[in-house]
Amino acid sequence: MNALRADAVLRLRSNRGAMLALYLVLAVVVCTLVGPWLNPNRGETLDISHVATQPGLEGAHWFGTDRLGRDLFVRTLEGTRLSLAVGLLAGAVSMLIGIGYGAIAGYFGGRTDAVMMRIVEMMSGLPLIFFVIFLTVIFGRNEYLLFLSIGAVGWLTMARIVRGQTLSLRRREFIEAAIVSGAGAGRIIRTHVIPNAIGPVIVYATLTVPEIIMFESFISFLGLGIQEPRASLGTLIAAGATEMEAAPWMLLVPGGILAVLLLCLNIVGDGLRDALDPRAPV
Amino acid sequence: MTHDSQADACSAEPLLKVTGLQVNLGERIALQGVTFDLFAGETLGLVGESGSGKSTLARAILRLVRAERGYIGWRGENLLSCDAATLRRVRRDLQMVFQDPLASLDPRMTIGETVAEPLRIFAAHLSAPERTARVAAILERVGLRADMSRRYPHEFSGGQCQRVGIARAMILNPKLLICDEPVSSLDVSIQGQIVNLLLDLQRDAGTALLFISHNLAIVRHVSRRIVVMFAGRLVESAPGDALFGNPAHPYTQALLAAVPALAAAPPFTRVPPPTEAGSRAASSGCAFSARCRYAIPLCETRVPALDQKRPAHWVACHRAGEWIS
Amino acid sequence: MTNLLCIDALSVRFAQGGATVAAVEQVSLDVARGECVGIVGESGSGKTQTFLAAMGLLASNAAAEGSVIFDGEELVAAGRARLNRLRGARLAMIFQDPMSALTPHLTIGTQMAEVLVQHAGASWAEARARSASMLTRVGVAEPARRLRQYPHELSGGLRQRVMIGMSLMCGPELVIADEPTTALDVTVQAQIIELLRALREELGMALVLISHDLAVVAGLADRIVVMYAGRIVERAPARQIFQIPRHPYTAELLKCVPSVWGPRRERLPTLAGQPPRPGESPAGCAFAPRCPRAAERCFRERPLLGGGAHPIAAHAAACHFPLPP
Repeated sequence: MNALRADAVLRLRSNRGAMLALYLVLAVVVCTLVGPWLNPNRGETLDISHVATQPGLEGAHWFGTDRLGRDLFVRTLEGTRLSLAVGLLAGAVSMLIGIGYGAIAGYFGGRTDAVMMRIVEMMSGLPLIFFVIFLTVIFGRNEYLLFLSIGAVGWLTMARIVRGQTLSLRRREFIEAAIVSGAGAGRIIRTHVIPNAIGPVIVYATLTVPEIIMFESFISFLGLGIQEPRASLGTLIAAGATEMEAAPWMLLVPGGILAVLLLCLNIVGDGLRDALDPRAPV
Repeated sequence: MTHDSQADACSAEPLLKVTGLQVNLGERIALQGVTFDLFAGETLGLVGESGSGKSTLARAILRLVRAERGYIGWRGENLLSCDAATLRRVRRDLQMVFQDPLASLDPRMTIGETVAEPLRIFAAHLSAPERTARVAAILERVGLRADMSRRYPHEFSGGQCQRVGIARAMILNPKLLICDEPVSSLDVSIQGQIVNLLLDLQRDAGTALLFISHNLAIVRHVSRRIVVMFAGRLVESAPGDALFGNPAHPYTQALLAAVPALAAAPPFTRVPPPTEAGSRAASSGCAFSARCRYAIPLCETRVPALDQKRPAHWVACHRAGEWIS
Repeated sequence: MTNLLCIDALSVRFAQGGATVAAVEQVSLDVARGECVGIVGESGSGKTQTFLAAMGLLASNAAAEGSVIFDGEELVAAGRARLNRLRGARLAMIFQDPMSALTPHLTIGTQMAEVLVQHAGASWAEARARSASMLTRVGVAEPARRLRQYPHELSGGLRQRVMIGMSLMCGPELVIADEPTTALDVTVQAQIIELLRALREELGMALVLISHDLAVVAGLADRIVVMYAGRIVERAPARQIFQIPRHPYTAELLKCVPSVWGPRRERLPTLAGQPPRPGESPAGCAFAPRCPRAAERCFRERPLLGGGAHPIAAHAAACHFPLPP
């Protein structure tokens, strides 16, 4: 594994685009953690003397303020932090569910696989936005609902990917060798299938995170997700959209950060996929 | 158990008894009516070309593929109808060495972890140092160094990978080791090393070997008794010397005739090799009849049964009686 | 008479992970018109890479140095246009695995006819007609039906016959066959060897037969060249090399080949160690670690073919202490 990993790291390092994107993402993450400390303002405090001001140095409102006088620098960074946290957390959860589900379906095959995959296909077919709206109508606006619906999005494709990997692995001789050695299904899935399927899983996980951030932003934009006074990139963009003509910076700043994040995460995902491909020349 | 005492073993109950085994792979019948015995400590050679079903037989015995009908008796228990717990117990004593050495090893596990896996499954009570010690011992036994246990399969050559596969298979001292073309993908100068290793391990541990290969020369030197398969059926079974000295089945004769030889071959082998199978649909009779120089009308309608023509020499051919005394 | 193919001091180096690995080192050999040269070697010997270099088929990270002259034209570093004119028309190659060498989604007929259309400017109709007659010539029954089929519908033996047919479509002067029978069953192998012999007699083309199987080469070759670790270690007329091998590697290799005939042995003869991987170039003779005759000089000084004499004798070995004739 050391040699395999070393090769992959080498390939990734030599991919300038991916490395640049990776540094950008890390820079954004660092900013969201450190940034708010650098600014004296708080995200919820209303500075009535500076309502909808442009970005500038006045009152340390570096990104300006919104309609209620809240500092946008801090709010944007806090919102980005929340969106990233949701993305990573929900991404991790959906990854775990997807890996387990896909490995079991792929390994056992036959009717088990057929039933499990029909469920996946049915859920993929559901227009999840309507699903979320429907649940919101019943249960009211709830942040836990947000996580639930995001979880419902993320694991489906991961399950499909892992199932595909498992199906092709199942035929390989070292799996037969493990069966002959007396290993049970659980052991084989844990020790042989999943470690060997990990490549595409990692790649897809990196691509899932932007997908989830986008989804969260979208439902928050619709007003169904994160609630005031908390901010996420989605709510900020929603608020900014209404002020587009008068105070364009309220849209441009969060929108810009979202765009950069999504772009960079996608590039990193692509780079990881190339790096983990053992046939690519170093 | 040396080769000589294998003759005595025949009087005891067979370790493995296969009767009327049939395996279907999709639409095709891969194995049909396969019947043979294998005794403790002996080496049985299984010869056949592609499509003969020899690899399918190995997988059917190990229950890696499903059998349609038949009986596989392992020390009295029917492997085809036993429950999962019994099967798991049996696996400890019934092991396999695979054709592609590198592919049979998990690329993401060190060879030490791979060889230790059977211990983790069947000897879970062992502590980690005990396990490491046993892994080191078996690695040394198969001709590798104990310090290699931290390396990965892709760092080794084909011959070394096959040694790892043998170590894994032998670590729990199985009663039967099925070798499915164990040296076919190795260089000529390495083949002898691996075959000799298998023979040494067999002699020391008394393991029975089912040695499957298309390489007649190696099978000849390794096995006492040999069975020949063609198109999913057993066509001849005889002691090695009888098979090579006086092959009774036309397919066996053709097989021997086709082996390119450096030295001169006996006269009967200068028969022309069989022609390529035509597009004629499979007849209901003997599968070899389309290519057989001795075929008579009976051969195309009736499948010949495996009959005993001489002591320990069985042939499935309608006309074998004409040239076997 | 000048030779058809003259390889002079050919070296092939691969760029791998920052280092260069030499697969072929300073190989020089000639092929006269109409003769059959057998190239024998195990993995890492460089036998395939030598001729891939000659055909301009090396991988993108490989570079060839030296000279390969085909009928007066230099092939190394020749432009793609020039190579394409020669390849398929005057210089053809048969690959080891016909399944991967044939395009899976095109019919046999299309692939065979394409050769003529590309190189001889024939019309598709004319090319198909000649494909059918070529199939008959290589022993494929029902050519019209086969032309309409796809590669996966044919057996291994038939596919190889198709490949041989394809290589002969334009009547090449030199055919390079890389392990043409390795992937085939023994009975089919015998037929293919017979086919190659018959075609040579009929068409008179030169044939380079690359194989790890000495017996296969023995049946066809006029001269044999033995390679080890990227270099030629011995070359001689075919009969001589089997009867009086002079290089210890050749002698040991011959001993390692188990015979179907002759007495049965309890242990197979073997060579200790393994062939060096490409890239492991020790000072001195590459075979020294495994050689039963190695002396101190062998580890220090690399032996030259024929002792460095110029011109090199017909039967020459690259050894400081060759076996006595």
